[in-house]
Amino acid sequence: MVGDSGKNNKLLTFKLAFQTTLPVLCGYLAIGIAFGLLLKNAGYPWPLALLMSVVIYAGAGQYLAVNFFIANASFIEVATVIFLVNFRHMLYGLSLFDKFNLTGRLKPYMIFSLTDETYALLTSVKDPEGIDRPRFYFFIAILNQSYWVLGSVIGAVAGGFLTINTKGLDFALTALFIVLLMEQLRSYKTRIPFLIGGLCAVLAILAVGKANMLLAAVISSIGVLLLFERRIMADEAE
Amino acid sequence: MKLNDVYIAIAIMAGITFLTRAFPFLFFRNRKPPAAVLFIGRYIPPVLITILVVYCLKDASWGNAPYGLNEVLAVGTVIVLHLWRRNALISIFGATLLYMFLLQSGFVTRLI
Repeated sequence: MVGDSGKNNKLLTFKLAFQTTLPVLCGYLAIGIAFGLLLKNAGYPWPLALLMSVVIYAGAGQYLAVNFFIANASFIEVATVIFLVNFRHMLYGLSLFDKFNLTGRLKPYMIFSLTDETYALLTSVKDPEGIDRPRFYFFIAILNQSYWVLGSVIGAVAGGFLTINTKGLDFALTALFIVLLMEQLRSYKTRIPFLIGGLCAVLAILAVGKANMLLAAVISSIGVLLLFERRIMADEAE
Repeated sequence: MKLNDVYIAIAIMAGITFLTRAFPFLFFRNRKPPAAVLFIGRYIPPVLITILVVYCLKDASWGNAPYGLNEVLAVGTVIVLHLWRRNALISIFGATLLYMFLLQSGFVTRLI
């Protein structure tokens, strides 16, 4: 029964994607609720949280957006700051040309929904055997966004009344990145990119402070990575 | 900001966020990425994920009590659990539960 197995396969793929994204569920709920609450406390109606999480879908960007609204920032300022905050996203696609080419008509959505967490999952997780890979990628992407939308709406609607103490729940995202880092330590022979990332991040904090560390770390690390191209290729060839 | 301006700002933010994510796909639509770009694409994930780990931990109180001990214990738990069982969900949720307990109870602060 071809039809049946196709359907089962779809369900299995969804189940695997759901399992893969469970840590993001916790993390996005936690920071989504915080975002929704921030927006609500700034005096804006809850559908705005829904709208922003559906069409922008950028964690740090949406937190900043609330500050722009409150401070009555100019559109030029909004555009510039959002570009700088999201600068690292310009690199993400470079690692995903091959995977996204498999996704056909879903590709625009895959590109739209490429957050830090989705990128980290898509570049680290081993594809399960015998499933439809592009569908697996798509489920990961859309599940992650649905968690974010859900969290921000909960925060904006009911954030003030929540009795569950979610303080510290956002550590799920930190833990997720650490686990993915450990998986990448297994799949790369070279250790140089890890050292470059760590050093550039710490030096960036010392040089430009916590608030601007991401941009400084990302830009400097690309340069350093290219300097070590030969060493890295030699490590990998061993 | 008035609600009308808010909608314009949201449109601007949505457009720019999408364009940053779409940039490599648009830029290399009709040409093959040069070797250096493919090299970056291949080796930048571990760089970026390491940066993101540092980014996530930067706001811990490293300078005064509890001196980032909550984070150190939780990160240590992720690593140990993952080396032991290599089950992502166990590693992540085990450490997150511990971290929530430490943070909410102020356990470490009372201890030191």
